[in-house]
Amino acid sequence: MAGKLWAFIDQFKGKATPASWEALGAARKLADEIGAQVGALVFGQGVESLAQSSFHYGADEVLLCDDASLADYRGEPYAALVSKLAKEAQPEAIFFPTSTRGREVAAIAAIDLNTGVLPDVIEIENEGGKLVATRPIYAGKLLTKVVCNSNPQLLTLRVRAFGKPAADESRKGTSTKVPPALSEAEISTKVVDYATVEGRVSLGDAAIIVSGGRGTSNNPNLTPPAEITDEKQKEIWRAQQGFKMIGELAEALGAAVGASRAAVDAGYVPYAHQVGQTGKVVSPDMYIAVGISGAIQHLAGMRTSKVIVAINKDPDAPIFKMARFGVVGDLYEMVPALTKAFKERLHK
Amino acid sequence: MKIAVFVKQVPDSAAKVVLEGGVVSWGDAPLVINPWDEYAVEAALLLADKYGGDVTTFSLGAESAKEALKHALAMGCAEAVLLNDPAFTSADASASARVFAAAVKKLGDVDLAVFGKQAIDADTGLVPAMTARVLGWPALTLGAAVSQLDPAAKSIRVERGIEEGRQVVESKLPAVLSVIKDFAEPRYPSFMGIRKASKAEIPTWTLADLDILAPESKVSWPEIISPLKREVSSEIITGSNPEEVAAKLADKIIAEGIL
Repeated sequence: MAGKLWAFIDQFKGKATPASWEALGAARKLADEIGAQVGALVFGQGVESLAQSSFHYGADEVLLCDDASLADYRGEPYAALVSKLAKEAQPEAIFFPTSTRGREVAAIAAIDLNTGVLPDVIEIENEGGKLVATRPIYAGKLLTKVVCNSNPQLLTLRVRAFGKPAADESRKGTSTKVPPALSEAEISTKVVDYATVEGRVSLGDAAIIVSGGRGTSNNPNLTPPAEITDEKQKEIWRAQQGFKMIGELAEALGAAVGASRAAVDAGYVPYAHQVGQTGKVVSPDMYIAVGISGAIQHLAGMRTSKVIVAINKDPDAPIFKMARFGVVGDLYEMVPALTKAFKERLHK
Repeated sequence: MKIAVFVKQVPDSAAKVVLEGGVVSWGDAPLVINPWDEYAVEAALLLADKYGGDVTTFSLGAESAKEALKHALAMGCAEAVLLNDPAFTSADASASARVFAAAVKKLGDVDLAVFGKQAIDADTGLVPAMTARVLGWPALTLGAAVSQLDPAAKSIRVERGIEEGRQVVESKLPAVLSVIKDFAEPRYPSFMGIRKASKAEIPTWTLADLDILAPESKVSWPEIISPLKREVSSEIITGSNPEEVAAKLADKIIAEGIL
């Protein structure tokens, strides 16, 4: 299938997400097997430098749209431009990172292009010009092979499922500037504000995750401040002391903080931290489960982590069956000790 | 204001889902309303309460999916409609979106079509944005809160949950809204609600009722496979005090070469 494979470069405030380069790298790898050209779609405002990076990560060509109407991500103008360009150039496939933006652009463009999307793909094979992808269903309890029966085949690639390509700074390519597909007047949404958390390691991208569960509230030795009289609030306060320790361990490791559904439902931490079937499905190099017993819904969300470490009081907790290393003990003792041990060893 | 909310019937999240003779099986685990869709129903009801309006719930599925609709009715939706036709069998996300868009059009004058973030069986998360596009409406996906809504001026302000935090978007109505868990905890159906839902007549709309061509699925899934069994050699780290255990554990983790 000589022809074109494209990758959508997902950026936030001018910075490409690591998963974008993974998608571009996957396109490059496949293109080399089948003799295709790789195009990168770079949209935004002030994103010219991303075109350079795209060449370094494997693009032969960049379609660059640098316009005020694309400064903030919005589904309508982004997808309209993907659709317009794809109708003109007829690529065989477009790879997107599975991010909130990548998934949405793919979904909208699929309708315009009268094609389908293979979402959250973890593996791609080429079978005579047709891409056969593998993706998890039921939060990874099962996998399915999927095929898109029209072109362009739209795929969103699961973050961290494909390796990040090495940058080759000598690589060059051609950059083509393209105008936006929609004028501001044709767009029915406006981005009015952001509330973003600086420096937070997002769960999806994290190489290491330290997660806390219900066990974080289980420390009778902690005395909540006198002004907290409600029993439920006392429990939340205790759990939050546990999550503070988990946060310190995460910081020492450069890790993201996760949580079980039980911890989120009990109000210990916000939903954005939830790992599991109704939270985020993650696949880090290391997952440290602290005070998490390991309900099936939680295990489904982290089972593909490379190394799982479990710290739990209960030696019969199901999480230990998945764990490479386990510690049966009190998390309030173990977590600070572990933070200290890592700080000493990693010279922090 | 007219709100449509879409629910799917799925195996319970606690189900052990396995492959039996190439077919997905969840044993005797119950079929339930998709947990994400409970948040969608809650969002639809809250918005209808606050800004005025009523809520119609739809489900694409077999006769059994009426149970998911009854749950939504018991929570407080005014009407429910099952979307069922042999032409809808094995519908992929885009085909489902075309059916949903047709249902929204048939209902008429809908200001807001509300979805859960995704269904916990197929896990595609594509349908809300696809439905929006078929309708030609903006897709306001992953809504964590609606901070403003003006049915007369046809405008809405949504806080979306994105990887980097929240993005606040203003949009024209009608629009598609998908919601995440932050929106609000779903209410339990009341006793009265359950009684009312159990007696409700739920009509079925077929392909002919929707007045569209049979939607064509673009995606096929030739084979379902079981994930490789995780081979773990577990090691419980012990020691005479937490410091000793922590030191051993840290050394072992570093020896794994992941840091």
